[in-house]
Amino acid sequence: MIQGVRNYLVFLFRCGRIAFVGDWRYYAWMGILTVLILLGINAYAKQFVHGLITTGMSDQVSWGVYISNFTFLVGVAAAAVMLVIPVYIYNNEELHDLVIFGELLAVAAILMCLAFVTVDLGRPDRFWHLIPGIGQFNFPASMLSWDVLVLNGYLLLNVHICGYLIYCRYKGEKPAKWFYIPFVFVAIFWAVSIHTVTAFLYVGLGGRPFWNSAIVGPRFLASAFTAGPALIILALQIIRRVTDYRITDKALLTLRSIVQVSMLINVFLLANEIFKEFYSGNLHVASSKYLFLGLHGHHALVPWIWTAITFNMIAMVLLILPVSRSLRWLNLTCVLAIVGIWIEKGMGLVIPGFIPTPLGEMVEYSPSLNETLICTGIWAFGLLCYTIFLRMSVPILQGRLSKANESQGPGEAPGAPAH
Amino acid sequence: MNSSNSASGAVQTGDGMNRRSFLRASAVLTTGLAALAASLKPLMELEDFPTAERFMQKYYTELTPTEMDKVLKRIADETEAQYGKRPHVRDLKPMDGVEFAYCLNLTRCIGCRKCVHACVKENNQSRNPEIQYIRVLRLPHGSMDMEKAEHHYNPEKVPEPGFFNMPVQCQQCKNPPCVKVCPVHATWTDTDGITVIDYDWCIGCRYCEAACPYWARRFNFTKPFIPKDKLNPEMAYLGNRPRRQGVMEKCHFCIQRTRDGRYPACLEVCPVGARKFGNVLDPSSEVGTILRTKRVFIQLKEELGTSPRFFYYFDV
Repeated sequence: MIQGVRNYLVFLFRCGRIAFVGDWRYYAWMGILTVLILLGINAYAKQFVHGLITTGMSDQVSWGVYISNFTFLVGVAAAAVMLVIPVYIYNNEELHDLVIFGELLAVAAILMCLAFVTVDLGRPDRFWHLIPGIGQFNFPASMLSWDVLVLNGYLLLNVHICGYLIYCRYKGEKPAKWFYIPFVFVAIFWAVSIHTVTAFLYVGLGGRPFWNSAIVGPRFLASAFTAGPALIILALQIIRRVTDYRITDKALLTLRSIVQVSMLINVFLLANEIFKEFYSGNLHVASSKYLFLGLHGHHALVPWIWTAITFNMIAMVLLILPVSRSLRWLNLTCVLAIVGIWIEKGMGLVIPGFIPTPLGEMVEYSPSLNETLICTGIWAFGLLCYTIFLRMSVPILQGRLSKANESQGPGEAPGAPAH
Repeated sequence: MNSSNSASGAVQTGDGMNRRSFLRASAVLTTGLAALAASLKPLMELEDFPTAERFMQKYYTELTPTEMDKVLKRIADETEAQYGKRPHVRDLKPMDGVEFAYCLNLTRCIGCRKCVHACVKENNQSRNPEIQYIRVLRLPHGSMDMEKAEHHYNPEKVPEPGFFNMPVQCQQCKNPPCVKVCPVHATWTDTDGITVIDYDWCIGCRYCEAACPYWARRFNFTKPFIPKDKLNPEMAYLGNRPRRQGVMEKCHFCIQRTRDGRYPACLEVCPVGARKFGNVLDPSSEVGTILRTKRVFIQLKEELGTSPRFFYYFDV
């Protein structure tokens, strides 16, 4: 027992240590991220002192880019299942080891989500009011309380699955199926739930017709299953380039077909929504009009949404064509899809829900510099976390960092990047 | 130190390597900590650091009467320290057999906005940025379509021909979406029908503000500012006591007045008598009579099922 604890602590220590070891590119990348994080911390300190007046939000548009990014990233986190399903349900061998990279991305994305929600709070010092048991947790009535549960639960599930699999690999042991397979299947359903619950945050508000639509949930899932695997395709190629971890083209192309189908569904659902909004021509179309065409001389979001739609359409066409089997075109497609969906689901979903207000007032929103710095800080934090996770897990998966070579000091066995 | 770690040849180069890496690590660490400290510098300006007592304060319904007295005394002390005037802060409970309702006569309202300003004065709202609980709309003759509403009308003289005015404030719903969505029960409906907020419990997520179909809720985006001589010292815990940065507030039918047998400030100031308020459970009350005898009265956005206790009626 004590030996077991000792082994685990040594494992954690070595993982922590290796996060500080790398070549100059690694240091440069981590340095840039650290600077961005510090700028974000600085901006948040200002917001903490002076209040949310440092943002572009108002009583009219009371949620902004924080909640937009939160919504997008919940989708990224949920998309980890799109790697898990082929492996554990369809026994796809190509993707087997890559599941861990997807789940680590989910962990990083959830950490970013939690950060985005925290910076959005007016009284972060009262976070403990949310803790079931000691606070006053409005469960099950409030969808936000559901979101707190499912997001933290998803974080724990993924930390457990990845942590356990990586530690087993480190020890050179075969993972005990009963100790992770049930969790994998729970996580598959859980992933769908985190994004559904996040959609319900919006859908449940009867006073906001733009959100109060049954299609928001399915659209969330379709867009998440497009943007998430697209992000994983890019991440895997970066891993392949900067390490000598073997990732086959076939694995990437499997992900491509997931992105392909999801994008088709995503665009189809968007078309459904646009038809319903504009054809019936009832009074509730104001927000959509503001978003797509501009309303009463206000059109801040129009260029954004048309950029998103253009990107999504180009990505969809490229995905259908065989040209996206070439990695260069696939990468372009993925970037277009990610940016398109980020705009569509962030700015394009959250902001127009507030414009016009329920009393018909038109007040526009654009993020302040301070707010933007906090967002980039959180993104940098997420990328830093993901980089560290990969820095730890790649050598372990390759067997270069293992219990067997425990006595060899900080680095990995030969083959590690020099420093 | 770690002499057992000899596999990598620490013996020969050990000392120098260790010192060099130690120096490098400490340099990196120092720079990192200095950068972190520098980035946290704005926190030095934090004036209103939550005290342990405030941080640990219990939820409204869990406070015992003695604890509540302590809290009220603390609020009075803090307010006195800040505004130089000792307030009279009470925790007023709903009265038995009372359910409040508000009726507003759209035929009479002239859109003078006197109610808006009386409300700000009564309820100690921030003057900069100014927070107002009542928004008066100007609608074109014959239309209840809010999207045609003008919020910032500013004529020489009211009323304006061709338009009518509609003041909107918290509708004190029977089925309030704001209460449903609050993740921490910081807002709830009391037995007299008033939806209240515990300003010391709200975490400032603004979900209620997104949920409200009447745009009745307001957020303190920064520290509220009230000139010392403008403070209304007659206060209630769930009512008009000064709020802090980062919490929600809204119309509470002037709890500090109405739970004490008085009329809301907006009603008293109305120059045309468009506002009626009272106990709907009392058949002889003005609101009871209006709801019984008027052929037409409306609840805003009735189709949402929120069932407001705020009614608009007309002289027919």
